[in-house]
Amino acid sequence: MAFQSIADMLKAAKEKELPLWRILYEDDLEDTKMDKVESLAKMSHTYQAMKNIYETYDPSQISNSGLVGGDGAKMEKSFLSGEAVCGEFIGRVMVNALKMAEANACMRRIVAAPTAGSCGVLPAVFCTYEELYHVEEQPMLEGLYVAAGIGSVIAARAFVSGAAGGCQAEIGAASAMAAAGLTYIRGGSNEAVAHSSAMALANLLGLVCDPVAGLVEVPCVKRNVIGAVNAVTSSDLAMAGIRSRIPPDEVIDAMREVGTSLPAHLRETGEGGLATTPTGIKYAKSIFKKS
Amino acid sequence: MGLFDIIGPIMVGPSSSHTAGAVRIGYVTRQLLGEEIVDAQINLYGSFLATGKGHGTDKALVAGLLGMKEDDYRIPESFEIAKERGMRVRFGEALLKDVHPNSVQIIVTGVNGKVRTIVASSIGGGSIRICKIDDIVTNFTGEFPTLIARIQDKPGMALRVVEKLDEMDINIANLNLYKDSRKKGTAIMIVESDDAIPFDIVDEIRGWDDIGRVIYLYKEGVKLSPHTRMKLEEYKKNQEQER
Repeated sequence: MAFQSIADMLKAAKEKELPLWRILYEDDLEDTKMDKVESLAKMSHTYQAMKNIYETYDPSQISNSGLVGGDGAKMEKSFLSGEAVCGEFIGRVMVNALKMAEANACMRRIVAAPTAGSCGVLPAVFCTYEELYHVEEQPMLEGLYVAAGIGSVIAARAFVSGAAGGCQAEIGAASAMAAAGLTYIRGGSNEAVAHSSAMALANLLGLVCDPVAGLVEVPCVKRNVIGAVNAVTSSDLAMAGIRSRIPPDEVIDAMREVGTSLPAHLRETGEGGLATTPTGIKYAKSIFKKS
Repeated sequence: MGLFDIIGPIMVGPSSSHTAGAVRIGYVTRQLLGEEIVDAQINLYGSFLATGKGHGTDKALVAGLLGMKEDDYRIPESFEIAKERGMRVRFGEALLKDVHPNSVQIIVTGVNGKVRTIVASSIGGGSIRICKIDDIVTNFTGEFPTLIARIQDKPGMALRVVEKLDEMDINIANLNLYKDSRKKGTAIMIVESDDAIPFDIVDEIRGWDDIGRVIYLYKEGVKLSPHTRMKLEEYKKNQEQER
C-alpha cells in the first residue's frame, strides 16, 4: 500500500482528478498484480459473503461459551414493534451489527473488516444504507474500496487489532472505515470522507480491549453496535459540514500513541477491565471448567 | 497492507489468530506430511491451551488437518468429519520453550506410516509461523512454496541449491540460511519462492550427496511459471538423453 497518510490519498485524487475509490483501486491493482475485473469481482464476492449472514441468521444459535446469541433477533423484534426510540435507520444498523458479530462468535463464515472481532460494524452500515436507500451495487463496492483505503492507512500509521492497540484500534478502525465508506456513497466530498473517519476514530479513542475469558464475545458483540452507530453519526456530522478540529492523520497518530500507552492487561489478554470484574471472572471460571 | 487484507479474509469466526490461524497451521501441517492423516496428537500451548476451546481452536486445527481452508463453513463440524474419515485425534498440553503464546505442537501419522512433528505459532491477523519440523528449527510463513533442506555446512552448498532454482527460472522470495547448533557440521536452508518448484527438481536436490533431509511445502494454487515450465521440459529431455 503506497499511502501512508490520508492527506497523501486525498492529494493523489486531486492531482489525478479521479474519484477517491479509483485512486485506491488502481493503487491496489499495482500492489497485488490483480487485473481490474478480478479485483472488482473479489470485492463483490466479499460483499456478498457479508450479506449472506443476514440472509441466514439463526436466532437459536449460541456461542461455544454460551454467553452470546439471539440478541440480533431480540433487537429486531423490539425495533419492529416500534418500541425502540432510535428510528428506522439506526434501529436496523443495530440489528445488523448484532447479527454479524454474533455469527462470528458462533463460528459462522464472516468477513474480517478489519478483524473478525469487529466484523459487524462495516456491513451493518453498508447493507442498511443499500437497503433503505436502494443503492446499486457499483457505488457500494466503490465505498468498500474507500473504507479499505482508510483502514490501510490506519494499519500503516497505527494498528487495527485489540491485541496491539486496544478496542479503540479494532472497533475504532472499523468505525472509521464504515464512516468513510458511507460518506463516500452518500456523495460527500473527499474532505468530508476523511473527516467522517477522523471523527469516528476520535470518538472511540481510549477504548480498551477487555474480553471476558479472553473470548471475542463480551463486550465485543455489543461494541460492534456502538462502532456502527458511531460511524453513522460521524458521517452525518461530516455531511452537515462539521469537521474534525484535529486533522485525520493526527487523530490516527493519537490513537497509536494512546494504544502503545495501554498496559498489556487492557489489550486483549482478558486480564483487566470487564474481564476481571467479579462477574467476568465468574464467567471465565465456569467456561474453563466446561472445557 | 493490501485492501483485501483490510476487508478480508472471508473466514469462519470468531478469531483471526485463534481460529483462522489455527486452520492454516493444520493445513500446512497436512501439506508438510504430504499424505492423508490417520492419527494426530495435538498439544496446545499458552493462549491456545487457555482460551482455545472458546475460540474453536481445537476444531480449527482439525479442520486444517482435514484439508479445509479458513473460509470452510464445515470447520465447526470438523470433529465429526474427522471421525467419518477415520482420522484419530487426541489433545494434550505442549511443553514448549521460547515460543509465541499462541502455539501448538502437532504429531501427525500418515496413511503410509510417515510421522512428522510440527511446532507452529499463530502470530496475529491469521498469519502463522512454522517453528519446527521434527528436529529442524525453522521460521517460515507457509504463504509461499517452501523448500527446507539440511545441507552440509561448507562453502558452495547453498549456492548449488540457489543455482539449481535459478536454472529453472524460479524467483526466490525469501532465503534463510543458518548453522544448526544441534547437529554439528550441518546448516538449515529455507527457500521461499514466488513460483512453484517442480517436484523433479526437489527430487534431484534430495538425491545430492552433501544434502540431508529435504522437505518441500507444496502450495496449492501457486503454479509453475511459464519459464519454469519451458526449462523443466528441457531438463527432462536432457535427463532422458543421459540415460
